[in-house]
Amino acid sequence: MAEAKRKHGFPRVWLVAAVAIYMLAVVALPLGALVAGAADDIGATFATLGHPEARGALFRTLALATTALVIDVIFGVVAAIVLVRDRFFGRRLLGWIIDMPLAMSPVMIGVAFFVLFGRQGWLQPIVAATGIDVVFAFPGMLLVTVFVTLPFVARETQLLLQELGSSEEEAAATLGANRWQTFRMITLPNILPGVASGAALVVARALGEFGAVLVIGGAISGRTDTATTFVYHAVEERQPAAAYGISIVLVALSLAALAAFAIVHNRTRR
Amino acid sequence: MSIRLHHVSKSFGPVRVVDDVSLDVQKGELLALLGPSGGGKSTVLRIIAGLELADRGEVWLDGERADTLEAQQRRVGFVFQHYALFRHMTVAQNIGFGLQVRGVPHQERGRRANELLELVGLHGLGERYPSQLSGGQRQRVALARALAPEPRLLLLDEPFGAVDAKVREELRVWLRELHDRIGATTLLVTHDREEAFAVADRVVIINGGRVEQIGTPVDVLDEPATEFVAGFMGEVNRYEAEDDGGKLRVGPLLLPAATPDAATTARVVVRSYDIKLWVSDPGIATVARVTTLGDRVRVEATLDGGLPLFAHFPRRSSLLRGVAPGARVAVEVTHARAWPS
Repeated sequence: MAEAKRKHGFPRVWLVAAVAIYMLAVVALPLGALVAGAADDIGATFATLGHPEARGALFRTLALATTALVIDVIFGVVAAIVLVRDRFFGRRLLGWIIDMPLAMSPVMIGVAFFVLFGRQGWLQPIVAATGIDVVFAFPGMLLVTVFVTLPFVARETQLLLQELGSSEEEAAATLGANRWQTFRMITLPNILPGVASGAALVVARALGEFGAVLVIGGAISGRTDTATTFVYHAVEERQPAAAYGISIVLVALSLAALAAFAIVHNRTRR
Repeated sequence: MSIRLHHVSKSFGPVRVVDDVSLDVQKGELLALLGPSGGGKSTVLRIIAGLELADRGEVWLDGERADTLEAQQRRVGFVFQHYALFRHMTVAQNIGFGLQVRGVPHQERGRRANELLELVGLHGLGERYPSQLSGGQRQRVALARALAPEPRLLLLDEPFGAVDAKVREELRVWLRELHDRIGATTLLVTHDREEAFAVADRVVIINGGRVEQIGTPVDVLDEPATEFVAGFMGEVNRYEAEDDGGKLRVGPLLLPAATPDAATTARVVVRSYDIKLWVSDPGIATVARVTTLGDRVRVEATLDGGLPLFAHFPRRSSLLRGVAPGARVAVEVTHARAWPS
């Protein structure tokens, strides 16, 4: 036993050290630099957060993230249940299509939507008929954000549903529960940990999305600027305080979302 | 509730798992569906519960056509092999679920849950979660949950398959007593012959999706309808026997079974406890092995001509005197069943 322990012990120390150094280099150093930069001129940093353009960009990002989250959770749960519980022709193809955004560059997705809804685009008639602007407007930014975040909830929920099997749902049915009662009282509580993990990924991704919203929205200051594109502009225009301020708020929001969903995940897992 | 299955069939892809099964179950009866794993027993049960739809045939519950009813409308209690307890609910919530979905108020549910916990011998465990219970306890909770909405019919799918041998025997006795007390028609699926015989009024032997025989435990033991049933009732000697003036003969051994009509050979099944042998010179067989198995002794011998034979005897049987490897013995078969080959 002691022998085995020693055998494991030696490389394990180095593994832990390697991970720690890696984390320090990749996570702690940049974060530290950000905080240090912000603290350097704390007054200017706070002043940035008071600017209407900065506030507007942050607000837009929050609006995108929360709206995308609601859409992704509803769509993701429905898609996961259909993909795991139903048997139909093209099921695997559909699963593959849902995962596709993960493999696509966000800039390319932005371009695709730009072309689709642009002046010569296939879906331009819809824009003309409804009067809802897509290109260089919030609806377009929401579309691409939803598109890039779509797989997360569906994937995590799918995995959990597969692992759970359907016997609890069958038991509920034999006990007299209708489909809705079974979903609400049995399926939903069981898949909550998966939904929470997926939601954390959605929020983190939506808050940090850059390329897709830049291409479709155009990052027009005061109209389609988001937190990330605002930071990009600030860096370009050599206004470090503005970049630091918004970056730190973004990081804080991401971490808060991750923590919140991690708590939900742990509380609901059994 | 009475059940009638009328020529029910079900296939999964190319595999026909239930093949033209017809079955009548009387109200209040405890019936066991017995057969090897993968023989279609569970699918029959799931068709009755409405969890699976038959491709063909009719399901009648209490004289009503039930094929088109959803599982939730059938008022059938189902106990799953791996319990399928709701893991995010307490034991009491699990038991109350069937009442909750029918709109029974909270207090009434709690009262009923306590009653049922008492019935299944788990008083005071209502606030536990399923993960905090042993296998046997979970099985009892699953049963209490199935009983709570007062089902017309109780279906048990290998209910004791996942608990250890000692607990299984306790649960068996307990299930039979419970059935006698509440009187609900009960169907039990099992691959364990002893379990079926210990609890059931009648057993249905199912193999390859087909019903081989329906009868009381004694019926299927003493009058097996098919060679499969005879073999499934325990380890047996199987021979290809020849006609000898209307009786069947295996090597030097004459059997107490008539040759099937107009046949010259027949397949014969002889149970280990339907054989007597004792030391005799010259005898017709040589003892090869004697093994003591607790309360029984197994004797293996070779008939003159080379065919093997085995028999079981009570530990202290006087027949065993002098029976040891190499001894010459006389053999008598007291009971044998024959089928045309």
